[in-house]
Amino acid sequence: MSNVDQQSMHGFSACLALIRRDLILAFRSPGQTINPMAFLLMVATLFPLGIAPDREVLSELSAGIIWIGALLAVLLSLDSLFKNDQDDGALDQLLMSPHPLPLLVLAKVFSHWLTSGFCLTLMAPLLAIMLHLPSDAFSPLMITLLLGTPVLSLAGAIGAALTVRVQRGGVLLTLLSLPLYLPVLIFATGAVNASIQNLPYTGHILWLSVFLILGICLAPLAIAGALRVINE
Amino acid sequence: MNWTFFHKLGSPKWFYDISGKWLPWLQVISLVLIVVALVWGLAFSPSDYLQGNSYRIIFIHVPASFLAQSVYLMMATAAAVTLIWKIKLADMALKVMAPIGVSFCILSLVTGAIWGQPTWGTWWVWDARLTSMLILLFLYIGIIALRGAIHTTEAAAKACAILSLVGVVNIPIIKFSVDWWNTLHQGATLKLTEKPSMAPEMLWPLLLAIVGFYLFFMMVMVLRLRIEIISRERKTRWVKELVS
Repeated sequence: MSNVDQQSMHGFSACLALIRRDLILAFRSPGQTINPMAFLLMVATLFPLGIAPDREVLSELSAGIIWIGALLAVLLSLDSLFKNDQDDGALDQLLMSPHPLPLLVLAKVFSHWLTSGFCLTLMAPLLAIMLHLPSDAFSPLMITLLLGTPVLSLAGAIGAALTVRVQRGGVLLTLLSLPLYLPVLIFATGAVNASIQNLPYTGHILWLSVFLILGICLAPLAIAGALRVINE
Repeated sequence: MNWTFFHKLGSPKWFYDISGKWLPWLQVISLVLIVVALVWGLAFSPSDYLQGNSYRIIFIHVPASFLAQSVYLMMATAAAVTLIWKIKLADMALKVMAPIGVSFCILSLVTGAIWGQPTWGTWWVWDARLTSMLILLFLYIGIIALRGAIHTTEAAAKACAILSLVGVVNIPIIKFSVDWWNTLHQGATLKLTEKPSMAPEMLWPLLLAIVGFYLFFMMVMVLRLRIEIISRERKTRWVKELVS
């Protein structure tokens, strides 16, 4: 096996180890995973109380409510993405490792998505029933959440990396991340609403996939750059 | 090609000296241009056959919107220079440009709202252009807030540079998706700048106003940049000599 191959193999197994570690940590303090889900559930409860419990009104709003709730829940969970590692020194280990930092960062973001966006996606059908989303729109909702929430994790991780040294950076993180989240929100809710009106929504889904591919290619570079800059 | 001018331009002291010579010219020319353009546009241009006199706000609104967008591009350029060549002056420019961009953004939104009230009958519509300008404002505020939150100058400089570059990649995506979202919901009924081949009596003052606003921006930026240079280089000998 050539030297380059060995290096990339090591990088891959380092990623696996990193994901495994993050998942174990998540299992041992389940609050990190459960809190965003509880948050989403509560946000979804507030809307019928605050607006109207009507079936018609809610079924029109439900896609937007679920998506905005999921977006805010991901934002909440991002604050601790690098901060815990920064506090216990694991982040310094990550920065000093011989493997390419963007790859490791991608692994971290992936495990973050597994414990946040993915769990929120699993919860979405329940909320869809509660908010009277028309049943035809269930599958586009799930597809958009599956494609869109990883983009939220990727884009938000840039902000999380930039604010890792900032005390109480939560609000700042929101300010930095929300403009990046807009395209995802627009296309995701657009797809669900189009399907409710029996319009084709393949275009929206394809654009969400484009965002995901762009995010996977570019965001790790920005995140790695930000982490290096902040910890210099 | 001889690139020494580039490095000279990066030296705060050299820039401070040379910009002192530019400053009076910038002030005079921008003032003259803006006054001429506004007097011409507000008093002597013919009124619009549809909108009457209310269209005249474009002589402020359009230049402000132009600048709100191009200041961000300039910031992104400064950000790239900061990250690639590590030129301190570029970061100072990045820092002083952000609040100016915010002011132009707000000016553009406010003048747009004032124009929208008599023309569309409402202060605000969720039109694609209005929305993307609002989001641009958020991007500016994010950069300013990030710089305020990081205390070491070096780290703040690079963090803001990265954020500006991320933002500039996102601006076309945001613009495109907002356009898509708007056309999906209400059709292209409202377009702010669908210029039906503007009459030259209106176009000339507008062009003058745009050039004047650009020079005004340069002037304000140079002023702020000089203050920033002085405050950051306060421990160097030349600044101490300058102040004493």
